[in-house]
Parts: sequence; structure tokens; C-alpha cells
Amino acid sequence: MSGFDWITPVILTVITAATPLVFAGIGELITEKSGVLNLGVEGMMLVGAVSGFITATVTGNYFLAVAAAALAGAIMAFLFGILTLSLMANQVATGLALTLFGVGLSALMGQNFVGQPVAALAKLDIPGLSDLPFIGPILFGQDGLVYLSFVMAIVVSWFLYKTKAGLILRAVGDSHDAAHSIGYSVIGIRYLAVMFGGAMSGIGGAYLSLAYTPMWAENMTAGRGWIALALIVFATWKPGLVVVGAYMFGGITILQLHAQAAGLNVPSQVLSMLPYLATVFVLVLISKDQSRIRKHAPACIGKIFHPAA
Amino acid sequence: MLLKIEKRAEYSKAMVYLTPVIALVLTVLASIILFKLLGVNPIEALYQFFVAPLDSKYELSELFVKATPLILCAIGLSVGFRANVWNIGAEGQLTMGAIVGSSLFIYFPETESVFLLPAMIMLGAVGGGAWAAIPAYFKTRFNANEILTSLMLVYVAILVLSLLVHGPWRDPAGFNFPESQTFSPSATMPILVSGTRMHFGTLLALLAVLGTWIMLARTLIGFQVKVIGAAPRAGGYAGFSQKKVVWFVLLFGGAMAGIAGISEVSGPIGQVLPTISPGYGFTAIIVAFLGRLHPVGIFFAGLLMALTYLGGETAQISLGLPVAVTGVFQGMVLFFLLACDVLVHYRFRLNTARKVVS
Repeated sequence: MSGFDWITPVILTVITAATPLVFAGIGELITEKSGVLNLGVEGMMLVGAVSGFITATVTGNYFLAVAAAALAGAIMAFLFGILTLSLMANQVATGLALTLFGVGLSALMGQNFVGQPVAALAKLDIPGLSDLPFIGPILFGQDGLVYLSFVMAIVVSWFLYKTKAGLILRAVGDSHDAAHSIGYSVIGIRYLAVMFGGAMSGIGGAYLSLAYTPMWAENMTAGRGWIALALIVFATWKPGLVVVGAYMFGGITILQLHAQAAGLNVPSQVLSMLPYLATVFVLVLISKDQSRIRKHAPACIGKIFHPAA
Repeated sequence: MLLKIEKRAEYSKAMVYLTPVIALVLTVLASIILFKLLGVNPIEALYQFFVAPLDSKYELSELFVKATPLILCAIGLSVGFRANVWNIGAEGQLTMGAIVGSSLFIYFPETESVFLLPAMIMLGAVGGGAWAAIPAYFKTRFNANEILTSLMLVYVAILVLSLLVHGPWRDPAGFNFPESQTFSPSATMPILVSGTRMHFGTLLALLAVLGTWIMLARTLIGFQVKVIGAAPRAGGYAGFSQKKVVWFVLLFGGAMAGIAGISEVSGPIGQVLPTISPGYGFTAIIVAFLGRLHPVGIFFAGLLMALTYLGGETAQISLGLPVAVTGVFQGMVLFFLLACDVLVHYRFRLNTARKVVS
């Protein structure tokens, strides 16, 4: 092949950088659509990352590892639910608490596993198809979680806009009083949405510790949980755009790595700033148009629900 | 359900003061379970965590050394939280304060003027404030969420610091380690009690506590902060500018964190390093809430959280407990506090209501 050999590896790395953001973003989208703002994504991702890593190291079973990560994330989210849904605590403060707690808890859980290697998640290998030039490795040579991330994005999109349950979820997020008055359990539905968000964040975290960089390090999410939260604003609460946004940020992360490898004469720290600066830039750009935000954001987001009598 | 949560007609004043205590008791109970799981004697661990770090004058002074940045950052954050402005980027503002403040010494290392340190502290406040001005501008001008922008800037600030100490600020005589040269005596915080590391920054923190207390209770801007936070529309009718309050609380919070940053590098650290804070800016969020967003409360909460840092170190040495226990502990305090806060506005009642049969 001619001078385009670099394209395939670049696309492959963009996919691995974007996948954790797709999981966390899609999960948090469901949470927010139900009217709950959970700022604990970073903490849930970290606990998911360490739980997945420990399970993979101890059992060697990656299916169990991903399940453990999802469960750990869901348990963290359940704690958030107890506080904000049952005890009506402030969602912003509780989300921050969840992140701070997750940072500490994951460090404690993973202290004996720092620096240990683990085999990266196996990639699909279909003889013939996976060896196709250019598209082979991209379409048929990914690990299972990459495919799962797309399946989840499609399922969530279908669920939200094509099913009755999705309609109810959106109704709860847009007007909890109305949903309550026609007999839906606002709190119950929100618990499920919050725990789904936690499970997805957990899987997103596990993708980091099992596939992106197969190892455990304290704070290894490096702000991705927060970037996932920003993605939802960027996507104006639409699942398809969450995926697009995740891939844009994946692209920026990878651009930075490749620029360093190519020996670009810019300090590595400046390049490492790019994803964070891009997040701020995108937030500013999107937030400028408040009417658009208001039109798409769930009307009850962050509001406490307490059924009168 | 057997228990019913009922809204109180008026919030309970007693509970405002009681819930932090209840939360701490619950945290201690939960940590007993945690210590059991980690395979250490809980009584011994609690002793090492909360009592052992206080048994000498030096240790007691270390408590103030650790509490100083926590109190400064938390005071700044609390004013923002009162106005419903969620600045969570104190860690970045602290870092930027340290950078801008120490730049004066780095570029004029020969200066022996008595004005050097005061100028550095001023610049620290300016640096932290400038870093917080970015989310303030984006929020007031473009409505960008300050939670996300202030947090993203934490990562940027830490990378700027890394860039400087790995590059232009590296000590030429430092064997290529990523460290600046050590600060001269005139660029260093004076020690308050000889034989300890307790420094002038602690006085600044006390000053911040008193000053903020007066500001919130006695000044117009303090009143505006409280009104905008509690009832933004009432504030609007009173002619208070929401934007002005956003600017004020972010600049104030940034300046406080910046002072915390410069008093760390020119205090206990004594030079610019790639890492200058073990997460004081984040722990300060817990301090602010535990102190009920009140300056005096924050003072005591700051001492308590400082104790968990010291206790974590003591327990690591004597019991081999991982340092990460401190983080878990701090997270638990905030969790239990938020959970207990339900008691301030609501009360639990046995559900005795019966269905009416007609």
C-alpha cells in the first residue's frame, strides 16, 4: 500500500480512546434523561476500572471482569440513589462526594495490583475478514466491548424514542409531578436509571484498565468521567451525538499521542492539555445557545422529588 | 412503607449543628467495619488515626500545617457554594496561585527585600483569582457550566506546573531533577513556633476565617451572596446582579486557593515541585460542607480533615495501612453528612395513616 498505511492504526487507537467515553456518556445520558444529575461518573468509572482489573487478574475470566465492573458501578450509583432519591440530598454535592469516595475506594482496593500486567482484552479474529486490508481490522478486529458500546448506543436510542418504557423515563425526567400523578413510580424509575448509568460507567472504566492500557493505576481515568458529563451537554442529550462527541474526543486524545510520537516540537504537557481545553471550548460553544440547551435538557434535571402527602 | 419522610414546616436549627456530629459518629462506625475488613484491630486503628497524631507539640503543629491550605480553599469555596456557584477547581487555582506567586522569586532570586514575600502572596492571590476568572467569564458570558470548566482547568494548571518545573524553572544546579531552586529566607513563610513547621500561612487562614465571617454577616456583598444563593429571583427583584455575584465568588474563591498554593510552596515545601498538593483543593469541598459553609465551622472541619491526613500517615507507619484509607474516610464523612442532612428539612414519622374505606 502507498502512503496511507498509518490511517488504519490511527483509527484503531481513536476507537480505543473513544469507547470508555461512549459507555460512560450513554449511561449518564439515561440517568440525566430521568431527571437526575450524577456528577459521580469519574468515581464510578474508577471503581469499575479497579473491580474489573482485580477480577481479571484473579479469575482470568474477562466476561466476569466486565460483569464485576458493571456491578461495582451500579452499587456506587445505588449509594448515590439512596442519598439523592430516598434521602433527598443535593445531587451536585452528592455527585462530588461519590467521585471523592470513588477515588479513595479504588486506590484502596487496587493498592496490591498497581503495576501488575494483565493480558489485554482479546480482539475478534475472523480468518479472512479480519485480515482484509484497511477495513478488516477496523470492522472485524475489535474487542468485544467496542462492539458492545455500539450495541448499547443503538439500544439506548431505540429504548428512549421507540418504546413505551423510554417515553415514561423521559416523562419522569421532564415532569416528575405529572408522571407521579398518573401513577408512575418516579423514585423507582430513577433508581433504575441511575444504576444503569453506574453500570455503564463501570464498564467504561473497565475498558481503560483492561483494554486501553491493560493495567491499574490510581486515578487512571484522568478526568474522563468529567469529559463524559461534558459530552452530554455537547450532544444536547441525544444518544447519537454522544457517540459522535466521544469519537471527537478520542480523536483529540490520539492526535496528541501521535503528535508526540512524530516528534512535533511542542512540549508533551501542552499536547496533554488538548482534551481538557477542547472540553472547555466545546462547552462554551454549545452553552452559548441557551435556547437550544433549554429545549433539549430534561426539565427536571437536578430537582429533588418529594411527593406531597 | 412504615417510615414516612415528612417536610418540616421550618428547618431544624438544632439539626444543622447536630448532623455533622451524627455523620462523624456514623463514619467512625463504618470505619470500624472497614478496619476489620483490612484485618487490623479497629480500636488500635482508630487510636492511631485520631489520637496518636496529637500526642506531641510537633504533631499538633503539623495539624495546623495541613489544615492551613484546607481552610483557605474551603473558605473560598464555601462563599461560592452559598451563592449556588459550584467552583470545584480549587486544586487548579491553588496550583496557579503557587506558580504565579513563586514566579517572583524564580525570576528575581537575589532579592532580599522584606516586600518580596508579601508581593509573592499578593501574586498568589492574583494567580488563583485569574484562573477562577476563566470559568467566571465563561459562565457569565456564555452560560457555560462552571463545574465542568473549573474542573477541566485543574488538569491544565497541573500540566502548566509540570511544564515549568521540567523546563525553564528547573534548578540549574539540581542534577536535572524536576525541581526549582529552594526558596531563599526572604521568600519563605516565617515560622510561627520555633522547632515546628507552623508558618505564617496559618495566620492568613485565621484571618480569612474572621474576614469572611464579617463579610458574610455585615457587608452588602455578603448579603447579596446569601440572597442570590437562597432565592435568586428575590435577589433579582432587589436589584442584585447575579453576574456580579458569580464574578465575586469565583474571584474570591480563586484568590483564597491561590494564597493556599503560595503558602504551601513558600512554606512547608520550600521550592516548586511537580506535585505541590495531595488534593487539598478537592478535600476542601468536604471541609466546606462539613463546616456547614460557615467560616467558624470550616475552621474546625479543616482541623479534623487535616487530622485524617496525619492519621493516615501514622496508621501507615504503625499498622501498615494503605494511605488510601484517608481518602475513603474523607469520602465517607461527606456521604454520611449529606445523608444526615435530610433531618434538617424533613423528619421521619411512623406511617399511621390508614386508607379510608367508603
